[in-house]
Amino acid sequence: MQNHFDLFGLTPKFSIEGEALERSYREIQSKVHPDRFAHAGDAERRASLQWTTRVNEAFQILRNPVTRARHLLELHGVDVAFETNTAMPPEFLMQQMELRESLEGAKTPASLDEMRKRLQQEKAQLQTQIGEAIDSKKDYTAAAGLVRKLQFLDRLDEEIDSAYEEIE
Amino acid sequence: MALMQIAEPGMSPEPHQARLAIGIDLGTTNSLVATVRSGMPAVLPDAHGRALLPSIVRYVDAQKIEVGYAAQARQSEDPKNTVVSVKRFMGRGVKDAAHIENAPYDFVDGPGMLQIRTVAGVKSPVEVSSEILRVLRERAELSLQGNIFGAVITVPAYFDDAQRQATKDAGRLAGLNVLRLLNEPTAAAIAYGLENASEGTYAVYDLGGGTFDLSILKLSKGVFEVVATSGDSMLGGDDFDQRVFCWVVEKAKLAPLSAHDMRLLLVKAREAKEYLTFHGEARITAKLSSGEFVDVVLDTETFCSITQTLVQKTLAPVRKALRDAGLRADEVKGVVMVGGATRMPQIQRAVGEFFRRDPLNNLDPDKVVALGAAMQANVLAGNKPQGEDWLLLDVIPLSLGIETMGGLTEKIIPRNTTIPAGRAQEFTTFKDGQTGMSIHVVQGERELVSDCRSLARFELKGIPPLVAGAARIRVGFQVDADGLLSVTATEKTSGVEASVTVKPSYGLADADIERMLRDSFEHAREDMHSRALAEQRVDGQRLIEATRAALAADAGLLSLEEKNAIEAAIATLEKRLAGSDHRPIKQAIEALNRATDEFAARRMDAGIRRALAGRKIGSL
Repeated sequence: MQNHFDLFGLTPKFSIEGEALERSYREIQSKVHPDRFAHAGDAERRASLQWTTRVNEAFQILRNPVTRARHLLELHGVDVAFETNTAMPPEFLMQQMELRESLEGAKTPASLDEMRKRLQQEKAQLQTQIGEAIDSKKDYTAAAGLVRKLQFLDRLDEEIDSAYEEIE
Repeated sequence: MALMQIAEPGMSPEPHQARLAIGIDLGTTNSLVATVRSGMPAVLPDAHGRALLPSIVRYVDAQKIEVGYAAQARQSEDPKNTVVSVKRFMGRGVKDAAHIENAPYDFVDGPGMLQIRTVAGVKSPVEVSSEILRVLRERAELSLQGNIFGAVITVPAYFDDAQRQATKDAGRLAGLNVLRLLNEPTAAAIAYGLENASEGTYAVYDLGGGTFDLSILKLSKGVFEVVATSGDSMLGGDDFDQRVFCWVVEKAKLAPLSAHDMRLLLVKAREAKEYLTFHGEARITAKLSSGEFVDVVLDTETFCSITQTLVQKTLAPVRKALRDAGLRADEVKGVVMVGGATRMPQIQRAVGEFFRRDPLNNLDPDKVVALGAAMQANVLAGNKPQGEDWLLLDVIPLSLGIETMGGLTEKIIPRNTTIPAGRAQEFTTFKDGQTGMSIHVVQGERELVSDCRSLARFELKGIPPLVAGAARIRVGFQVDADGLLSVTATEKTSGVEASVTVKPSYGLADADIERMLRDSFEHAREDMHSRALAEQRVDGQRLIEATRAALAADAGLLSLEEKNAIEAAIATLEKRLAGSDHRPIKQAIEALNRATDEFAARRMDAGIRRALAGRKIGSL
């Protein structure tokens, strides 16, 4: 499988320097983007479209913590199996249900702001743990469990977005 | 240092041989054309010195067409044949176009896009728009004394695929080489020179005649990134006219109006709105066809209160875009104001209060978009040396997906994904022996397919009959740099591959474009053959130039044999360019394109390697 870290000249790790990734992304884009080939022949425009598409996809994957972790685990042969393996610790699920209930009750932007703040803290904590599990302990199975948790929180984040939109 | 010298393909060796490139702001109310001359962007006026071209097309009879001021002068006399605000109808069906109940046209619900019955026959919004673009192209050709190499046409950032496709088709129909569709707010930011002056996050508040767009742009080191777009494609300055119009009707207790009177009062309403920007009150007078007189006075306070909900309505997309970008209002470094409607003091005030800073408004809000488009066209035409140019990374405004079981949408490319973007998803059959599969492509954010815009439906046939769930159907989405989608579906079991490319149903098939081009050329008594020949010659010349530049820069990537093959293809094309038939030229162009496929891919690889090598050296 393709290693997206290679494309950007980065060492495959969970804790990456966001700035280095962005810098490298921009440098590559400035060489391959279709705007650079708007006046070129068909073959070059096609190649440019394909490359830019690939670079954009890889960047998107590495920028988002869930997909970055998932890609890393796949490189190590661990399938995170988001779709099938949804068995989560009971206390985590309880906590999620409570959060969702309070989301339904949140009818003001201020209460949503408060929820979002709490969620951000939890996400940051989980990301630190994922970084430790993958980069130092190399415990990929444990990491997969944490990544699934993080994905739950991402979904909750999206639901907060829709709640904001409903209020408007 | 040799390592970093990457010549741009097709870059003309002598800088004075700049290609003529234009930027077109195809607006709901007015359109403009601009170009860059001696490094400065400028709007090109008509023979009377007027920069704006009212986006109004009048079909006088079967032959004669009036565009702009001439059409505007007659619009209340001949409302049925005078098409205004055609942009509202681009890529839209009768069901989903706004204000249709007040529009005086005979609509025909065409396949996908509505059409308008006029004295010159049934016209699609694409054809009407192409008349506007044609006038602007001719204006530019006259003023620049030469053939236009290419054009950038702007669209609202919120335009969906059907609307973008319709705009591009209109450009082609007007005989333009459309280099790129550019989002209007991005063009405005370019015009303000934000790409070189500033680092940071900017918002562009664009309230035009018919559309509202809010874009959040992130600028750093010459890279322009659209991080979020939001807006309302059914909200604009016209709605303010509409509010004033309704207020007048109510205030003067008018009976139902004829199409002529309606148009007359709308013009009066617009004049009053513009007058109120600099005055405390405006008097609205009109003599209706019934002989009735209208004479009312609208003051600023009343104007603000009847339009307050419209002003507030613009702030919801602002908040949405900020959320999408993960930003607070005070993290935005500046707000660029675009569109004539932003001249209204209540708008300036509301935006200032929301962002807690004075908006940027020192360029003419009617011209900024065209100026920025011209600057981008100049870059895309390769007229700007490397280092002085900039890169624009754009996003897709609405999610793209397909219909799954139960009428639900499965998103394949979510909104705000950077384009070009591609994604593939695998599906399978659900019945034993199933040999066909219907694929419905939609665009929008809603869960239910019925709430999204339908872009295309197509059938994948010839799937080998297998047990349910055994077939593997890969549906691939590809969005190009203009934000236009193509979809392919491939069945990959037992080595059988069936594949189809669709163009969204609102867009025109290439055959339609060709037919319309032919019709319009016959209409203009232009020689179709010589036109095609001229076009192929330009294309061929352009390709030879591009290939030679590529060879000069990177011939080392080719074996001697490969290099000879490409040079042979160039020689063939060159020989045929002298001929008088366009078909052999076209074949030779295709042959040269094929011959350079592999070379192009290798150059791209090499470019990336050099970029990374440069970075590592730089960071040591």
